[in-house]
Formats: sequence, C-alpha cells, structure tokens
Amino acid sequence: MKVVLGKDLLAANENKAAKNRELFDQAGILVVNLISSPGSGKTTLLEKTARFLGGDLKMGAIVGDLYTDRDARRLSEAGMVTVQINTEGVCHLDAKMVARALQEMPMVSLDLLFIENVGNLVCPAAFDLGEHVKVAVLSVAEGTDKPAKYPGIFRESGAVVINKSDLLPYTDFNVKNCLDDLRGIKENMAIFITSAKTGEGIDQWCKWLRESKGNMI
Amino acid sequence: MHELSLIQNLLNIVMQSASDNCIKKVSSVALVVGENYGALPDALDFAFHVLTQDTMCAGAALVVQKKPLVLRCRECLAEFSPRGATCRCTYCQAFRTEVVSGRELYIDYYEGE
Repeated sequence: MKVVLGKDLLAANENKAAKNRELFDQAGILVVNLISSPGSGKTTLLEKTARFLGGDLKMGAIVGDLYTDRDARRLSEAGMVTVQINTEGVCHLDAKMVARALQEMPMVSLDLLFIENVGNLVCPAAFDLGEHVKVAVLSVAEGTDKPAKYPGIFRESGAVVINKSDLLPYTDFNVKNCLDDLRGIKENMAIFITSAKTGEGIDQWCKWLRESKGNMI
Repeated sequence: MHELSLIQNLLNIVMQSASDNCIKKVSSVALVVGENYGALPDALDFAFHVLTQDTMCAGAALVVQKKPLVLRCRECLAEFSPRGATCRCTYCQAFRTEVVSGRELYIDYYEGE
C-alpha cells in the first residue's frame, strides 16, 4: 500500500516556533536569533550590547553550545539573564529546545531576548525558533566571500553584523566586495560593521536594536 | 549533523501515519529535499539506517529526491540554478534574486503492508 503524505518535515518545529512567538508577543519582547560560524565574536558582541543598552533595556540570552556554560557565565557577568542549552553534539537549536529554556526565563521582565545559536552557518538557518529576526554575524577573519558561499543564512537574515573590524589591517577582507555581495543576496538588509573588542560600531547596532524594539508596538 | 534531526522527524510522521492506516511494516519512504537545506544524501541514509533499527521501518529503503536550487533574477526575470559560489544571474549578471525552488523538505509518500 502506498500512502501519499506531502507532509513538511519541519512542521512540528514550525508549530512549536509559532507557540514560542506567541509567548514572545504576549510578553512584548523583541527576540533576535544570532547565527554565525564558531568564533565570529557573538558572545563578545552581546557582552558589549549588554553594557551599552543595559541602562534602559532589560536583556536576556538563551545560549546554545555543544558543551559548557562558559558563554552564559560571561553574559550573566555582563548583566543579562541567561539560560544555557547544551545540545551535546547537535549542530543547531530547534524550537523545542528554546521552549524548554523559556521555562527558566523570566520573560515578562525583559525587553530584548537574544538566542545565541550554535556556531554554524548552515544548519541553524533551517530551524525557526519563533524569533522576530535572524541576525547573521560574520568576522573579517573568515574572508570576504562567506556571504557568496553560504547565501542561505544571509538570505534568511534581517541584519548582518561584520565583526572584528579592528583586524581589517591584518586581513585581505574587502569590505566593499562583501557589502556588494550582501546587498546582492538580499535588498534592504541592515548591515553593521563593528569591533566588539574596541566598541567600534556598537552604537549603530544598538540603535537598530532599540528602534526594532520600538517598532514592535 | 542536522540530518539526524530531520530523519527523526520523518520517522515520527511516517510511523504515526502508518499506525493510523493499520500498516505494520514500512518498505520505503520517499523524501524530497531542496538543495538549500544542505542535507547530504549519505548522511540522510546513515541516519535513516541508525534510527529505524527495531522499528516498523527497519530495512525500508529511503528514496531521496533532490530539488535543485532555482533562483529568479529580479532584473531580467530569468530562472536559473546558481553555479558555484555565486548567486549572480547567469544571463544578465545581476545579483538581485529570489528563491523559486530548493527550499522543499517534505515526505512525498511511503509504502508498506
């Protein structure tokens, strides 16, 4: 007997993501899903963001890593409410893992929630977590052609952060070519050039976060 | 690695449907995968083999049908499959494109008795 299904494989994840999104909207939180390669500086970017916006916005972070709670500890020290998820080998977060983490997160007291995904430019793109916007982080040490080579994640993202700009003098990274590639993949994408280490560009990135939060209402 | 999660979802759906249809043994499952997901056929096969052990799908064939990534150029409206690392339109070299297909990820059918 042949049974035709035509059923989406990620339907269960999409349903769970829709439930997460409902919870976020009820609590009035802007939720940002940060995706990048390992080592692009996501955690340092969030540490700087916590210090820059911490005065007037209450922030939380759900941090996905294969192992350890080191990133969550760093973000707690920077003033964020954190929940660490250890995927123990799984290469991405899914909506169910985030739903579980949300049980530990005091959502009503937050304005902004970051979900720091597992470092990987491929798999996390396929899993909706219920976030309002995906942000891809790319460091200049990774090379100019990452957006052209991994267009999937950049196509799904509402903004891109090009981080580690303090290393530009020491790399072959071509900012103009990278921006051309990014604008080619998706029009109207917000793009920020930052150094989470020195603080360069953090003001523009934080301004965008504040405006995005303001636009929710 | 996300092949394992995908196949686990596939098995949950197939086994639920099989039990609804009084099917005791599944002999094949056909999966349509868009190129945009970057799922590798070998890794899908491996995950299917591992996760079906001791289930009603044990020994079943996994038929993977790949759908190529097809983009439409927003300048000249031509449809094309991007070659290599670039998404540039192969006809007019423009960079503004949208996805026509290649994002599919669904179970087409399964067979069993």
